[in-house]
Amino acid sequence: MKRWLVALLVLGLSAMAQEALKVGVVVSATGPAASLGIPEQNTFLMLQEMLDRTGGVAGRKVQFVILDDASDTTQAVRNTRRLVEEGVVAVIGTTTTPASLGMIPVVAEAKVPMISLAASKDIIYPVDAQRHWVFKTPQTEELMARAIVADMVARGVKTVAYIGFNDAYGEGWARFFEAEAKAKGLQVVVSERYARTDTSVTGQVLRIIARRPDAVLVGASGTPAVLPQRTLKERAYAGLIYQTHGVANPDFLRVGGKDVEGTLLPAGPILVAEQLPSAYPTKRVALDYIQRYEAKYGIGSYSTFGAHAWDAWLILKPALERALKRVDSAKDLAAFRATLRDEIEATRNLVATHGVFTFSKEDHLGLRFEDAAVMVRVENGRWKLERTFR
Amino acid sequence: MDATILSFLLLDGLQNGVVYGLLALSLVLVFAVTRVILVPIGELLMFAPLSLVWLLEGKLPGTLWLALVLGGAWALMARGRGALLPLVGGVGLFLLFLLAKEVPPLAYLAAVLLVVYLGVATYRVFFQPMRGATVLSLLIMAVGLHVAYQGLGLVFFGPEQFRPAPLLSGEVVVGLSWQGVLVLLFAALSLMALYLFFRFSLFGKALLAAAENRLGARLLGIRPEEAGMVAFGIASLLAAFSGLLLAPLINAAYFMGFMLGLKGFVAAILGGLASYPVAFLGALLVGFFESFTSFYASAYKEALVFLLLVPALFYQSLRARTVEE
Repeated sequence: MKRWLVALLVLGLSAMAQEALKVGVVVSATGPAASLGIPEQNTFLMLQEMLDRTGGVAGRKVQFVILDDASDTTQAVRNTRRLVEEGVVAVIGTTTTPASLGMIPVVAEAKVPMISLAASKDIIYPVDAQRHWVFKTPQTEELMARAIVADMVARGVKTVAYIGFNDAYGEGWARFFEAEAKAKGLQVVVSERYARTDTSVTGQVLRIIARRPDAVLVGASGTPAVLPQRTLKERAYAGLIYQTHGVANPDFLRVGGKDVEGTLLPAGPILVAEQLPSAYPTKRVALDYIQRYEAKYGIGSYSTFGAHAWDAWLILKPALERALKRVDSAKDLAAFRATLRDEIEATRNLVATHGVFTFSKEDHLGLRFEDAAVMVRVENGRWKLERTFR
Repeated sequence: MDATILSFLLLDGLQNGVVYGLLALSLVLVFAVTRVILVPIGELLMFAPLSLVWLLEGKLPGTLWLALVLGGAWALMARGRGALLPLVGGVGLFLLFLLAKEVPPLAYLAAVLLVVYLGVATYRVFFQPMRGATVLSLLIMAVGLHVAYQGLGLVFFGPEQFRPAPLLSGEVVVGLSWQGVLVLLFAALSLMALYLFFRFSLFGKALLAAAENRLGARLLGIRPEEAGMVAFGIASLLAAFSGLLLAPLINAAYFMGFMLGLKGFVAAILGGLASYPVAFLGALLVGFFESFTSFYASAYKEALVFLLLVPALFYQSLRARTVEE
């Protein structure tokens, strides 16, 4: 009888040790942000396969619980609640800024660390009681605006016009770009807005051309960013045209065709990974990711957005390993989550695909400008590395 | 503002305005005959160029299956001899698509016929069974269909825009492309055709009669179902052509249709959902207004355009004496 009990106990204990570490993932695999969310989801599916093959982290199995928020804030919040109740050790996601902002109070209340995959600086700044729990991997508009303005200054641009979406994306860019431009002595002569669904931007473009700016920045994402650029070309605008990193996907080139030749844009270095100088810190990691992704999903299938998801795991994995040494997640989940958060914040000089991450108490973005942004030009329908900032 | 800018803005407004105008005419026609406010007309408009792009790439678009499923439902509901039209149409459409996949010029025809078939099937399957319902119920159904078709558009065609090659490239004069001329020509042509149709053909007169007085028309042997199908057919035909001609200028995507339809609706409201000429003029007004506000105050453009509704509705409410039936 006693022997049986011991055997049962041993079985139970080993089952507990075998129980997988759950990592919650929220992505926008459907809805308007699907072109960003799908490569992110694919990256986690690929990671799950890899981890199943190699046996997980520090001898513990890892299970990604992936939920789709359909690009909707309410759904993202609901998903996050569900993940917290399922006992995940951390939450990664989500794709869009508004939904990520919505998730912050939930993870902060439950005291679960979160790594967002969305762009806005508001997600991680300022690091207050709630954002204490929140980190993120993509570059902010502020960082990318800095790259654009630096490039403009280097090319001798004096006057510049802005045309962007009339939503959070376009407004965010207007704010950061115009502030940065003013700080560097550029004159923003006109600032226009248009809607994603607009069928014509002739009025805005005429107004821009009438002011004769040296350069125009289009603050838009995806294929709707083509329309202002095409209209500028049709109206024979001869100055420089800049886009944001929101257009760094093949669809932009497909729809834009000849009209977007010569476009300048800032991007994460992974967009032009093969063209980076061999001393560039992120080159090896980026090529590794691209190779794995393309092996699974086909040549040319990778995107910079999926790489943000990969970076989130690159940050989380060593933090998990360190946290597992300190606290037993099976015994005290709350303590483990808190320790995991501390270990994420303790990340130093972690080389990822989009840059080198060093978090601190005040900085939950952790990217250094020099490693996290490059300028790219569209040439013959391809991305060509224009300059690095190192 | 100088003369050049003024002429550009006028041309731009005209080009957008005539498209809103065609949509407004479709909306007025469909409303007059069936009392349906055809919210999903924007989706029908976008389905044409997106299906075309798919065909030109040698793929069968998901809209084909949607049309065939609705066609099947139509045949089941019609039964008997009435099932002949959807069945023959469906099979013909399917064969045409298989052929058009290989022969690019046929793809344009296929895309138009697909949208017309889909439009008529939509009426037959969703609106005809509830023809006795109130305007509000019909509107709720229309909004539901708009949401459903838009969602299906995302599933079928993905989130990004597509740009089919223009039929005619280059510019006539600075500011007006040949493709833009095609749009204007098509608008003029369809206005004329609609006028002739309603003025001289028996069918057109029957439609007008059905719109004027449903019961009276019925007593004279005009079948309201048929009238509804024809109205939906004409509306989808106009939408399909507009979509095909517009797509190279605006880049088609699943989410682009709604705004076009909504602005057509604003124009239709300016005409009280009853007058064809006023609706068309209203559409031109919306086009010009939009073009000028995008020049002067682009951040408020959308708000200003829809603000046009307020005086129009106010005027209508002062004028109207009848209450909801």
